[in-house]
Amino acid sequence: MSDIINLTLSALIDKIKNKELSSQEITKAYIARAEKSKDLNTYITTDFENAIEKAKKFDEKGNFDYKLPGVPLAVKDLFCTNNLKTTAGSKILSNFIPSYESTVTQHLWDEGAILLGKLNCDEFAMGSSNETSFFGNVESPVGKKVVPGGSSGGSASALAAKLTPATIGTDTGGSIRQPASFTGTVGLKPTYGSCSRYGIVAFASSLDQAGPMTQDVSDAALMLDVISKYDTKDSTSVNFKRGDYFKSLSSNIKGKKIGIPKEYRVDGMPKEIESLWQDGITLLKKLGAKIIDISLPHTKYALPAYYIVAPAEASSNLARYDGVKYGYRSEGENLISMYENTRSEGFGDEVKRRIMIGTYVLSSGYYDAYYLKAQKIRRLIKNDFDEAYKSVDAILTPSTPSSAFKIGDKTDDPVSMYLNDIFTVPVNLSGLPAISIPAGKDKNNYPLGLQLIGKAFEEQNLLDISYSMEKELSFKNNLQDWWIK
Amino acid sequence: MSIDLKTIKHIAKLSRISIDDKKAKELEKDLNSIFEFIEALNKVDTKKVDPLTSIAETSLKLRGDEVKTKNIREQILKNSPDENKDFFVVPKVVE
Repeated sequence: MSDIINLTLSALIDKIKNKELSSQEITKAYIARAEKSKDLNTYITTDFENAIEKAKKFDEKGNFDYKLPGVPLAVKDLFCTNNLKTTAGSKILSNFIPSYESTVTQHLWDEGAILLGKLNCDEFAMGSSNETSFFGNVESPVGKKVVPGGSSGGSASALAAKLTPATIGTDTGGSIRQPASFTGTVGLKPTYGSCSRYGIVAFASSLDQAGPMTQDVSDAALMLDVISKYDTKDSTSVNFKRGDYFKSLSSNIKGKKIGIPKEYRVDGMPKEIESLWQDGITLLKKLGAKIIDISLPHTKYALPAYYIVAPAEASSNLARYDGVKYGYRSEGENLISMYENTRSEGFGDEVKRRIMIGTYVLSSGYYDAYYLKAQKIRRLIKNDFDEAYKSVDAILTPSTPSSAFKIGDKTDDPVSMYLNDIFTVPVNLSGLPAISIPAGKDKNNYPLGLQLIGKAFEEQNLLDISYSMEKELSFKNNLQDWWIK
Repeated sequence: MSIDLKTIKHIAKLSRISIDDKKAKELEKDLNSIFEFIEALNKVDTKKVDPLTSIAETSLKLRGDEVKTKNIREQILKNSPDENKDFFVVPKVVE
């Protein structure tokens, strides 16, 4: 059984196709491990009985040509799943049972995957440490009382702890890449418009994007093949010619031009991050890539602009939670007080903060000074990338300005928490694809990630570069299973 | 500039979130530190810059207004916080 959980997604699929392993054996192995890993608090909702039933059905008459034949998967609890509770980590949705399925999860089941359950996340995906979930903090398997990052913290923790062979998360400002970096896993945020947003609990609609979180780059390519599809149900879905990412993977990156942006060398960046980045540059040179120094001059304005755009969109999106048609309701003496009490009790502190920021920047008299200003800055940030991509194919940066921290370390100061996303946020503002791959460890043995940012819709290029780096890096998490009971 | 307590309470009202004085004071501190951080944007001259309103710079497509999901009325009403099987119920609004 320990063999099963140590297999990558693609290795697991090979064994299913060769009939060396059955879907039931695999599903039961992951369930058994999840039962012993409850202390990590990765799951909000489990669907184990149904999973075993579906695995049994798959073994009896499943289609082995599927891309994910009989593979059990757990997903972030931000994806609506038909008839299974979907909470977004919030009290206000703690009893919500969707009557529809998100497009992205539907693609997984259509390719033969089996749902194990729904993974913990920051409330409405607002957070960088999985400490804002109504369902409690998630612990990272990389160390006791260490945060897994966020907002896809439950996904990252479950993946690193081998409770699911792969997973999907969502990334609005770094919510896939930062937790991947903190847990020694691979996280890919595709180009805005690649993966449908239909049925994903909305946070900031112009930034949200779903993407794979996996054990290695090949698995990310495989998952992207399944979830990246045009969807008429998402008005911002883009109908471009998608690649055959997994089959086309190539480790030949000779002659590729990689940009190194000087503005990412931020004040107070730990030496170990600096040397991780330098080692990445050296490795790329060794692999035949050409290193080019570039400038992204508006980088330092990305985070402040993000903290106007994202809360503004969030305050509009979250206006729907009023206690009328679904979700938690608190009583009040009249309709308005029912709304106010419902939202006051139903939302956590971070969500309330962001709704308030968003309401303020959109309110009469402040719109031009804040929201319009932020959209103009957003244009400048995107222009920086457009300019850089005239001379490079991709950009290499660290994924995060530090390694994982302890639970409780940054909860008192929202701004210090926001700074976690300093390297990931510019990518969302510009709609670009980016991947975080594990590249080293810090002095505490916590993982560190490198981020590659690509041109819009050129995920293949990004996957190829990270695939070739991964081979040379041969990163191993070597977790000691300390959380197993 | 700073956001005072009165403004905090006004924003809370606009946001339809009830807050007490203690919470208002906490939010005053948090929001001011966040806005201090946001003020950095004022250093950038954006007079000649067009706002970026959408990253997917395509026009929205039209589609037929057709019902595709049917017979889920019961399922939807089941999520209603007030147990009345046929309607969504709210506190009385008309005297």
